[in-house]
Amino acid sequence: MRRYSVVVTCLVLMLTLAGCGGRSATTLPDADNGLEGFGIGGSGSGASTTGVGGAGGIGEFADGPSQRLLDNLVVYFEFDRSEIRSDFNDILVAHGRYLADNPRASLRLEGHTDERGSREYNIGLGERRAQAVRSFLLLQGASASQITTVSYGEERPAAFGSNEEAWGLNRRVELVYRQ
Amino acid sequence: MMRMTMERTMRAGTGWLLALIALVAPSANAQLEITISRGVERPVPIAIVPFAWEGPGQSAPFDVSGLVTQNLRNSGRFSPMAERDMLSRPTRPEQVAFPDWRIVGVDALVTGRLMEEGPGRYTIVFQLFDVARSEQILGYRLTATESELRAAGHRVSDMVFEALTGIRGVFGTRIAYVNEQRNGNSRLYQLIVSDADGMDPQVIAESSQPLMSPSWSPDGRRIAYVSFEGGDSAIYVQTLRTGTRERVSNRAGVNASPAFSPDGRQLALVLSMGEASLNIYTLDLSSQMISRVTNSQAIDTEPVWSQDGRSIFFMSDRAGGPQVYRVAAQAGSRAERITREGAYNARPRISPDGRSLAVIHNDRGNFRIAVVDIQSGSTRVVSEGSNDESPSFAPNGAQIIYATRERGRGVLAAVSTDGRIRQEIASVDGEVREPVWGPFPLP
Repeated sequence: MRRYSVVVTCLVLMLTLAGCGGRSATTLPDADNGLEGFGIGGSGSGASTTGVGGAGGIGEFADGPSQRLLDNLVVYFEFDRSEIRSDFNDILVAHGRYLADNPRASLRLEGHTDERGSREYNIGLGERRAQAVRSFLLLQGASASQITTVSYGEERPAAFGSNEEAWGLNRRVELVYRQ
Repeated sequence: MMRMTMERTMRAGTGWLLALIALVAPSANAQLEITISRGVERPVPIAIVPFAWEGPGQSAPFDVSGLVTQNLRNSGRFSPMAERDMLSRPTRPEQVAFPDWRIVGVDALVTGRLMEEGPGRYTIVFQLFDVARSEQILGYRLTATESELRAAGHRVSDMVFEALTGIRGVFGTRIAYVNEQRNGNSRLYQLIVSDADGMDPQVIAESSQPLMSPSWSPDGRRIAYVSFEGGDSAIYVQTLRTGTRERVSNRAGVNASPAFSPDGRQLALVLSMGEASLNIYTLDLSSQMISRVTNSQAIDTEPVWSQDGRSIFFMSDRAGGPQVYRVAAQAGSRAERITREGAYNARPRISPDGRSLAVIHNDRGNFRIAVVDIQSGSTRVVSEGSNDESPSFAPNGAQIIYATRERGRGVLAAVSTDGRIRQEIASVDGEVREPVWGPFPLP
């Protein structure tokens, strides 16, 4: 299922863009000279992205069904799954079309998991979820250059606690519009 | 008597680290406290007589015998006698009256002295006796500066421990772990290096964004880790002595799970390269060339090198659930499945003798630590929690440190490889996780 959609995405991309494999595989790392190991923090204040409502920057639609869909900036997942649930189809269709209609808009997809299982596996699972959302949006006409992904795995839970409710809230991809 | 000198420069760069401690918030100094939740059935009764202080002033600058007592008790294999129960307090071999110790049921006896040799220079002399045979098992003389006295106390503990158990002691080793503190909506992630007993914690990196996956270099001088400080994941290698660090990978998508090769020249790491799948790569640290090791549509992650550096163990969900595989460190070879029992085996870490892996194993719905025999695949669960993770072998192979949850909080625990001795290592505050045990200190 997942592979199928990746293939479809790839075909769509190949027709419209340069294709799936177009990134350079061995970017040389930037040297990070002079930076002391300590004192990393502070600067970022870090894109605290948990703001679910109040999507700044996408208020171009008048209030209507689309706008209400676009107000949804979190997509939830089943345990250990990365398929898009059907109840999120309409929301993601709206976001995909919004991106297609607004080529200057850019979106960062942040994948998360619940706390169960290994942290590194969860990094992989969070990325898989973010990529599933990305593929969906590309099929709606968004362009690859508009979307970046990051996986936080289980490192940034939205809800604390070791119960089904918290886990359900933590298995998510957050859509973060920029600018 | 053998003469022995502590020449190891004490965690060089102490000045810088002290300065660092002065800079960070007090909570950063949260120390870990060890309690034994289960020891061996018959711990060895031992008496460690308070060491004599031979120098100016009333008391010694450091309680060496107190540290030895605490270490041996915390190991779960010894029951040190309370000071008040001692019938006599010898500090020199000729003062020892063995019948005094036989009568109170002590098997082993440690005596010693701490002497000031000059300003800030000390000598520790100690002896270990077999009480039943009325004979000395070992005796050593160690020299140390004031800041080295704690390390010297660990060294004494290691020698006593090894003489009585046949197992090399790990009291002088260090661990690294991640601590997260939450204050309302703000979070502080810290990467901390401390002694194996949790003392002397030093923050080596801190960020408002996640830090994870610390990995020691084989010589204990560097730590590789993942930081999200720029908003994306990147892998850094940091030299502990100087605090300088280098970003070695910030490729598109996931940069995760670094692991030093046994010769310290390469890192195994995990990259997504913008795809939905994760694969294992190796990175030559001097040329910065990467080579791809696995090529799957799955999540391949958590690489760890075999002792000879020729192969890499890793976790993959290529067959459905997470299982552990082994692959040659060169590209293009076929991966061979190692774990056979259970539907979930992840985060392999290899034992120092290369024969077994510690993994996270789903044990009837609970994530627990298990030890897997590489040859046979047989699996033995050694922990008792419901969400235990991140196992890491002590360099002597006798213990595994891991992260567990207690009353909703992330804490560290250790278990002997045979599952018999359990220690809880509780921190004062914060969520503690991803412990990794460093190597033996360099001679």
